[in-house]
Amino acid sequence: MPAPIRLRELIRTIRTARTQAEEREMIQKECAAIRSSFREEDNTYRCRNVAKLLYMHMLGYPAHFGQLECLKLIASQKFTDKRIGYLGAMLLLDERQDVHLLMTNCIKNDLNHSTQFVQGLALCTLGCMGSSEMCRDLAGEVEKLLKTSNSYLRKKAALCAVHVIRKVPELMEMFLPATKNLLNEKNHGVLHTSVVLLTEMCERSPDMLAHFRKNEKLVPQLVRILKNLIMSGYSPEHDVSGISDPFLQVRILRLLRILGRNDDDSSEAMNDILAQVATNTETSKNVGNAILYETVLTIMDIKSESGLRVLAINILGRFLLNNDKNIRYVALTSLLKTVQTDHNAVQRHRSTIVDCLKDLDVSIKRRAMELSFALVNGNNIRGMMKELLYFLDSCEPEFKADCASGIFLAAEKYAPSKRWHIDTIMRVLTTAGSYVRDDAVPNLIQLITNSVEMHAYTVQRLYKAILGDYSQQPLVQVAAWCIGEYGDLLVSGQCEEEEPIQVTEDEVLDILESVLISNMSTSVTRGYALTAIMKLSTRFTCTVNRIKKVVSIYGSSIDVELQQRAVEYNALFKKYDHMRSALLERMPVMEKVTTNGPTEIVQTNGETEPAPLETKPPPSGPQPTSQANDLLDLLGGNDITPVIPTAPTSKPASAGGELLDLLGDINLTGAPATAPTPAPVPQISQPSFLLDGLSSQPLFNDIASGIPSITAYSKNGLKIEFTFERSNTNPSVTVITIQASNSTELDMTDFVFQAAVPKTFQLQLLSPSSSIVPAFNTGTITQVIKVLNPQKQQLRMRIKLTYNHKGSAMQDLAEVNNFPPQSWQ
Amino acid sequence: MIKFFLMVNKQGQTRLSKYYEHVDINKRTLLETEVIKSCLSRSNEQCSFIEYKDFKLIYRQYAALFIVVGVNDTENEMAIYEFIHNFVEVLDEYFSRVVIMNYRNVEMTPESIILLFFYLRLMGTKYN
Repeated sequence: MPAPIRLRELIRTIRTARTQAEEREMIQKECAAIRSSFREEDNTYRCRNVAKLLYMHMLGYPAHFGQLECLKLIASQKFTDKRIGYLGAMLLLDERQDVHLLMTNCIKNDLNHSTQFVQGLALCTLGCMGSSEMCRDLAGEVEKLLKTSNSYLRKKAALCAVHVIRKVPELMEMFLPATKNLLNEKNHGVLHTSVVLLTEMCERSPDMLAHFRKNEKLVPQLVRILKNLIMSGYSPEHDVSGISDPFLQVRILRLLRILGRNDDDSSEAMNDILAQVATNTETSKNVGNAILYETVLTIMDIKSESGLRVLAINILGRFLLNNDKNIRYVALTSLLKTVQTDHNAVQRHRSTIVDCLKDLDVSIKRRAMELSFALVNGNNIRGMMKELLYFLDSCEPEFKADCASGIFLAAEKYAPSKRWHIDTIMRVLTTAGSYVRDDAVPNLIQLITNSVEMHAYTVQRLYKAILGDYSQQPLVQVAAWCIGEYGDLLVSGQCEEEEPIQVTEDEVLDILESVLISNMSTSVTRGYALTAIMKLSTRFTCTVNRIKKVVSIYGSSIDVELQQRAVEYNALFKKYDHMRSALLERMPVMEKVTTNGPTEIVQTNGETEPAPLETKPPPSGPQPTSQANDLLDLLGGNDITPVIPTAPTSKPASAGGELLDLLGDINLTGAPATAPTPAPVPQISQPSFLLDGLSSQPLFNDIASGIPSITAYSKNGLKIEFTFERSNTNPSVTVITIQASNSTELDMTDFVFQAAVPKTFQLQLLSPSSSIVPAFNTGTITQVIKVLNPQKQQLRMRIKLTYNHKGSAMQDLAEVNNFPPQSWQ
Repeated sequence: MIKFFLMVNKQGQTRLSKYYEHVDINKRTLLETEVIKSCLSRSNEQCSFIEYKDFKLIYRQYAALFIVVGVNDTENEMAIYEFIHNFVEVLDEYFSRVVIMNYRNVEMTPESIILLFFYLRLMGTKYN
């Protein structure tokens, strides 16, 4: 068999291949040759073959059949063989292969070899791929080598020790005595690797860290070394562009950072040297800047004095003005880290940061954007917002969503005026409308309802915005909702803030209809548009017939959602026309959602005894639910609290009544409660999970002893007491039993108790024992409320009581805040 | 911590690769092509640090050759940038017949590749 070709030839041959297929063919041929050569057990050429195999492995071809050959090479006596063998072991073998354990003995022998280069090879390999068993066996040898005087070996041993510590952390103490003298070396290689070793030890074990701080006086040693590096003159061995061994300097600074973190003494010891490095380092080249960067990071992390911190931020500011992109990027990244702690200092550089928004580089733009959002505050909001909006206009699509969300958040926190806020939102919607996140739409709607005086202005602007272009879904959704709500303001042309535009009802309906028809509108948007058209039926006067027509057309739409809505609205027109105006009233002002907590209150009603209702045709059963949920969508955003919609206080035509209650407004159209509606109740499957969660476990098996009961309400002779029970099996469920008693001399009839809780809770009211509270405390009405509190937030509740007393209807609202902590923690 | 060290030419062929963490062999080629694609798409105006998945890539171009180092978050990017240049200078010193500008034609002797690997090993661990 001819001698196998040399590696050089192989590389040359492979380079001539013009296509991937050709290359693969060559490699396969060569692999076959190598395999047959291995089978022949030929010692002379094994080294060459393995080298070729390694090259092919690097190109991405499988080379596992060479593993055993590597071991044979390691065992050989020739240095050249050993060299390739160890290299192969490092590249091809790792812990996963069982073969690697065979190496342990070889490595052990080689660690004690007479030639330092062989020892070096063994140390390298152990440090590269040693498994924990190997490390445990050989750690003693490594430790011995760590103490030798041969600096070539010492530095390799230090790196090997790093690997051993990583694999077997318990062996860290073994290396401790050897580290005492490590920093006394002159050889930079040893110094560097020793610093790496010390860094690894300090990072892994807080005990080690404390030990090094106190006993070893590590900080002074490091400071001394660093000082020598800076002060010493030109040393040709270690010079890189005029700075002496910058890599070592950076390493030492990093170790100082770890030592100084949260430790006053150490931090104080290093203040001087840090100041010295910061001021003396040459900044004309990248090297100097790299050192300064590391210094800044260290200063920010340790407990440095304020003068030093200011120095650091100024360095970063200088970086920002530098022409080099890398430096600017690095400066922005570090400023982002420090903006939380040193806010004021970073504010000084705000204008430079904002300029970086216009940079061409994507990474820089992203950093600058994040930093800008962090720097926005009440004073600079107007200026910053202008820049950010301009940025939103011109930035890449991948940024737009983040930028839009950031702008909304910032605007919400610091808006100087409602009009400005709405203007900003409008601007975002029109420029980046399609990138706005889905949850922004309900938030915006809620914001708009809150600014009552701006309704006319808002709806007018929104109308103008979608007149031109109705392709941006979030914009169209918000606009449709507003037009539906405030269409009357739009048509009547009363707007103080802006020049009122003259719009007729038909024009408004035109635009809504085109949204409905357009191919660009999603199903959700169409739903919004249809509901808006329906709402306008009460607000507009002359176009009701047109609306009726539109609604009836969609009754046969393919889209199920749309069809359902249209059918229900049709039913409203036909059968419940007297209800329509009440039903489609203006939405009440929703409570403001803060960014932290859930304060939006959604009313839920309790179930009452089901009683059949004569006029209820089957389809209208699900009708109120979906409409309710529909409106809840608009009310609440993401999590729809499962509503159990029945209105105990409503009249026979209950659909409207339920919704009115759900709308949260207290405008009940009066009439005393009669048979409440039932039908929706059995058909509702959504709350089943709530019921499942609550009823599947025996709740009352764990009577929470010691949760004090509270008097939730006491007025006009009516007293309501809450008693609590917690379930052991489901700790987020609290069961409240209310007892209503009446101390006056007349009964209270038609008593209805309703409750509402914040959004993160879920509430279920079970049937009350009766609806009459007998006088003179002779009896009580009992009702059970189950509250699901997954987030363990403080329980709050708003209750509404309606009853007849002394011939007149009474109602009252109260808030219950005095829940004992044991009931919800 | 350095995750990998690559020398890739403009056509996407890997000239040298060293991984400091185990990566499956088929994933390696994928990684290399993606990395070189993101490096190639950068212009001269842009900075040398790219964020790629959960690594940071620091690259430097020498004529037709890209040297790319993948690091994790704890690393000083500019120090690595300097390290790359240092590495190239060492290569240049050692293999004096190698002209940096003509890397496409360089012939690596077996010794050179091996020494390259060892050097990378040492350098790499220093940075880990």
